[in-house]
Amino acid sequence: MSFLQFILQNRGQVFELTAEHLWLVGLSTFFAALIGIPLGILIAHWPRLDKSVLGTANVIQTVPSLALFGFLLPVPWLGDRADRLAILALTLYALLPIIRNTYTGIRGIDAAVVESGRGMGMTESQLLLQVELPLAMSVILSGVRTAVVISVGLATIAAAIGAGGLGELIFRGLAMVDNSVILAGAVPAAVLALLADFGIGLLEQRLQPR
Amino acid sequence: MQEPIPGPFIEFRNVSYRVAETQVLSNFTLQVERGEVLVLLGRSGSGKTTTLKLINRLLSPSSGEVWVNGVRNFDADIIRLRRGIGYVIQEVGLFPHFNVARNIGLVPKLEGWPEPKIRRRIDELLQLTGLAPEIASRFPHQLSGGQRQRVGVARALAANPEILLMDEPFGALDPLTRDDLQREFLALQKSLGKTVVFVTHDLREALRLGSRIGLMEAGRLVTILGPAEFLRSSDPWAAAYVKAFGDPLDPDRTEGVS
Repeated sequence: MSFLQFILQNRGQVFELTAEHLWLVGLSTFFAALIGIPLGILIAHWPRLDKSVLGTANVIQTVPSLALFGFLLPVPWLGDRADRLAILALTLYALLPIIRNTYTGIRGIDAAVVESGRGMGMTESQLLLQVELPLAMSVILSGVRTAVVISVGLATIAAAIGAGGLGELIFRGLAMVDNSVILAGAVPAAVLALLADFGIGLLEQRLQPR
Repeated sequence: MQEPIPGPFIEFRNVSYRVAETQVLSNFTLQVERGEVLVLLGRSGSGKTTTLKLINRLLSPSSGEVWVNGVRNFDADIIRLRRGIGYVIQEVGLFPHFNVARNIGLVPKLEGWPEPKIRRRIDELLQLTGLAPEIASRFPHQLSGGQRQRVGVARALAANPEILLMDEPFGALDPLTRDDLQREFLALQKSLGKTVVFVTHDLREALRLGSRIGLMEAGRLVTILGPAEFLRSSDPWAAAYVKAFGDPLDPDRTEGVS
């Protein structure tokens, strides 16, 4: 368990890298939700767009992360700071699960519920805010949860372009051929992923419509 | 309530409705009088539900006009129109995340009634539809099918609409519960005197509840008759329907039995 010793000895640095890691994941998930949820709502109501939007998000998902980081590097304003670039890339990866779950969450609502709401004279925005979003919320959150778990893992690769985060320890350990340094990065990242998974899972259960 | 306007309360003038290449309704003309229960009877796919949805404009006609209370539906404010029409469907469509009280109070709330008035109205409606007061705090999944449909009716009546549209509301219930609800519907209708358009494929139900029965077949209104005339009708479609239901039926006999 020498990696625990390493973490203890370098706790300041590990803590800082963990905070950086959280920053990358948190901000990118926030942006992805900000874009993905409205997009999901849009395509749920406008099915003519669903194939193209989901298809595009799908294609983005298939680009290998290291390659995506590399592609974005020469982009002017983005390339100036590695964390900007990392956040953009992570946002792009997080889009698919969020869009898809928002879409399926809303499409999955019992048609009779929506129809009776509309038939009773709810406006489209009342339907969205009082019926569709509350009923789809747990499915949307499970998309966010998937996105966060993916991002925690992917963010370790962001260290390759100098964006910081726990990946830095992993890359350093690789270079030093020192497993305890690798683990000092990998284990906290895994713990972060598990905690996020568990925490959002709890929230999801609380919002589960009956 | 609005000043009554003379003439039919709901009127279809030469209405056709098409989806893609399918003609769902063709040249449909119908007049519903204030305070009557008009039953639309017909098999699945005959256009009954479409007719109903044209009244509250969940659908719009491909040609022709629908008039409600002297206003052409096309010119009406769609939200106002719908809030003045109670809508009850077979699947009920209660909001699963709202308790019974919130479900019933939905339209009054949308209409901005003060909270105490909404609460009073909910109590009133629970009583009217034969539901125990403690049901108010339950959620739809905790109710039986019959209770759910009662809540559905209470919700439709909440803001005291003049028109009720009912799409096979009792179709999914067991025979005994259906019988109870039909009887209660008749009693309720006697005291409230709403204008009701009621869709069913059950001849027995049509004879029992309807003041007139409109028989639909393949998007057309075949004939429109009172219950007693319907049984004696020589119209081939009406006769076929009566035959399909077997034993001689008459409204007096079906009244207390079924």
